[in-house]
Amino acid sequence: MSDGASADTIVGRGAKEGADLFRDWFQQLTLAPQRGEKSAYVFVMGSMAEILRVFDLHTIFPEINSLQTAVRRVAHEFLNAAEDYGYSPDICGYVKADVAMQLQGGRHPMGTIPKPDLAVYTNACNTYIKWAEIWERFYQVPIFTFDVPGTRAAGTQTWPGHPDFENDKQYVAAQIKELIETCEQVSGKKFDIDRLREIMGYANDMSRAWKRVLELNQSVPAPFNALTDGTVYLGVANGFRGTQAGAEYFQRLVEEMEYKAAHGLGTVKEEKYRLIFVGVPCYPIFRRFNEMFSEHGGAFISSTYLWFASGGTNLGFEYDLSRPLDSLAEGVLISVREAMDAMFFQERRIIDMVAPYRVDGVVYHPIKSCRTTSTGMADNRRAVLAACDVGSLFIESDMMDKRVVSEAQLKNRIDAFFEGLATRKAMKAIS
Amino acid sequence: MGVKVLDSKPYQSLDDALYLCRELLEDGDFPTVKRWREAGGKVLGHFQVYFPEEIAHAAGLLPLKMRGAQIEARQAEARFGSYLCSILKTSLELALSDRVRLDMFVSHPICDAARNLAAVWGRNFKYPCQILYLPQNANSRHSAQYLRGEYDRIKREIEAVAGRAVTDDDLRNSIAVFNENRRLLHRLYAIKRETPWLLSADEAYVLMAVGGMIPREEHNELLRAVLPQIEARPARPQDRIRVVFEGGFCEQPPLDLLRTIAQFCYVVDDDLLIGLRWILEDVPLDGDPLYNLAEAYLEKSSYSPVQHDLRKPKEKMLLKRMEAARANAAIITAAKMCEPGLDEQVAYAKSLDERGLPYFISEFEENMTSFDHLQIQLETFVESLMFA
Repeated sequence: MSDGASADTIVGRGAKEGADLFRDWFQQLTLAPQRGEKSAYVFVMGSMAEILRVFDLHTIFPEINSLQTAVRRVAHEFLNAAEDYGYSPDICGYVKADVAMQLQGGRHPMGTIPKPDLAVYTNACNTYIKWAEIWERFYQVPIFTFDVPGTRAAGTQTWPGHPDFENDKQYVAAQIKELIETCEQVSGKKFDIDRLREIMGYANDMSRAWKRVLELNQSVPAPFNALTDGTVYLGVANGFRGTQAGAEYFQRLVEEMEYKAAHGLGTVKEEKYRLIFVGVPCYPIFRRFNEMFSEHGGAFISSTYLWFASGGTNLGFEYDLSRPLDSLAEGVLISVREAMDAMFFQERRIIDMVAPYRVDGVVYHPIKSCRTTSTGMADNRRAVLAACDVGSLFIESDMMDKRVVSEAQLKNRIDAFFEGLATRKAMKAIS
Repeated sequence: MGVKVLDSKPYQSLDDALYLCRELLEDGDFPTVKRWREAGGKVLGHFQVYFPEEIAHAAGLLPLKMRGAQIEARQAEARFGSYLCSILKTSLELALSDRVRLDMFVSHPICDAARNLAAVWGRNFKYPCQILYLPQNANSRHSAQYLRGEYDRIKREIEAVAGRAVTDDDLRNSIAVFNENRRLLHRLYAIKRETPWLLSADEAYVLMAVGGMIPREEHNELLRAVLPQIEARPARPQDRIRVVFEGGFCEQPPLDLLRTIAQFCYVVDDDLLIGLRWILEDVPLDGDPLYNLAEAYLEKSSYSPVQHDLRKPKEKMLLKRMEAARANAAIITAAKMCEPGLDEQVAYAKSLDERGLPYFISEFEENMTSFDHLQIQLETFVESLMFA
């Protein structure tokens, strides 16, 4: 295959195939109740898809449903409906969009979302737990809190063999067994360990590829935009985890990124500034938000979102298929912990990326809706700035609520940020 | 340590005791903690809601309940973004401004904001700052065993700070002190419930809350002295509605807010500082003390919006609380920006609506200073019930 032919067929296929997969995914969800298929509501940080797929349960991601309403610019209708029902303007916008969707029978811009037969959620975000309690009240379905202990203090993670790790792992392993019992009751199907092994194999392929994709953005220019393209990849990583389609998608994505890296293909006309994005994207003006950076030659080469919203898959943890249940407990503990670390203890990781990824600036985006990701950001930023010489921007808005997104104010701040980066670059050139 | 941190023995007079407790609670310099430190004691600050204080006590540390303060968060503001509750910022401010000196800080994953706190604290102080991972799956068959291991882990951390080992007997002695404290607090609440005219909401609160900032032995001594005095008060019942106050499990309302409510209502039960009263029965003294503490946390405990337990749906627990206290109505509050509290308000309101029970919904902030508006609203609410 010549380079010319490859460019036509390879470049951009991750975005296109991801969009196709997602359209089909929503279609399958819409049809599920008619087919008598059951669904589990899950979340991106620890979906437990490996177990749920054994029982042929559809995995539905309310976070993804909600953010889609913002991307499609109808979130305000959903937020208003939930606030009319009684929810405060000061709580998570994802929750409110979902409540409104549930109140209108699952009607969603991408299709009809089935009611849950089961909800499974980790503690990676406390709002997951409060959210599931709402479904329990609405539908009286089983809800399962999958509790994964996280890092207790910066730099104190323990690993297999350490007594504290083993205490946590036994707790996680016990919950996996209890989740299997619950799934058997909900689905009416028996647990099949060989099916689990097969699913975990696909998850391994995806994890390996996801790690590789993230590493490939060390290339200059960066082959993908962590904010825009990355969000598409994340959707596939979550919705298709543990499936053959998901594994193949990511293997093809690695090919695309390797091709782009080898041929110096980036995401902006002239990549002048390499940026890390910290937080959750500004979905109400998703494309425009990115443009305000790309217009200045800013390219998002990584983002904490790609770490925590992939449930820590960025670590590339691979299960040992010879001991599936034990290895699953280990992998869930390590990966979900990684997702939490990406929110609470992210500074070390960012500092360590500055040199290999040639980072010029870090953009912190705290949002009204999400205290999990936003609370510690200002302090994290202080630590990063104290440790390394990068520019930084701290801009507040929201992931759902356009009432607190002021595009003009954001643009002023972003323009000033790039003026600072340009000055910094000029000073470095003459020093 | 046998250090006494209260100035004198004010227990001869209930009024003196109440005055002292009020002064201590409203003093942003935490004089009792300073006295403890001046005597050579070490302090473990623990954020809301529940912490197994017995473990710190057994190591000879003063467990200090970090519950915010009515202070301006000048330095802490720079460490946080917007849209956050006040208690998070003022708690850190106490440490940043050197009003409170700690040797260790522990927080819990009670909410999305608070779970960031240990990391923020740890970046600003050199002493150990930890998260205690209380189980969020209270319904797993393995939860108690896991928590026993987690308590053992935190015990080792505490031992390193204390510079001494903690034996099972140390733990048993501390459990006995805290069992007595919980019994005394339950007796205080029984007075609120059965004879609320003897003790106003703000009086009960100061007597309870001071326990979080003094050695528990001293708190026991104080309660032992004042409870009979309260029971002997010559007050008579008045024509007031009986309410349950809900929403004080983490950030605390100002005393003036409780006084405002007490003007119109008997607060017959509440969730104020519920962590101090989380365990409802004595923790056994025989057997493995850490397991006993873990088991009590899960199996013999109250409820709050920040603990999920399939056996304790919050709205049903509120109805039980109201029924047990023979309350006519509920005051459903939430601290501003407190996501768990605000989430729960909806469930509480729907549930009370279904049963035709009256309720008053409100938000508060620990630093609020104006209560006129609240007073008018509350007066209207109470009148609507009294003259319905």
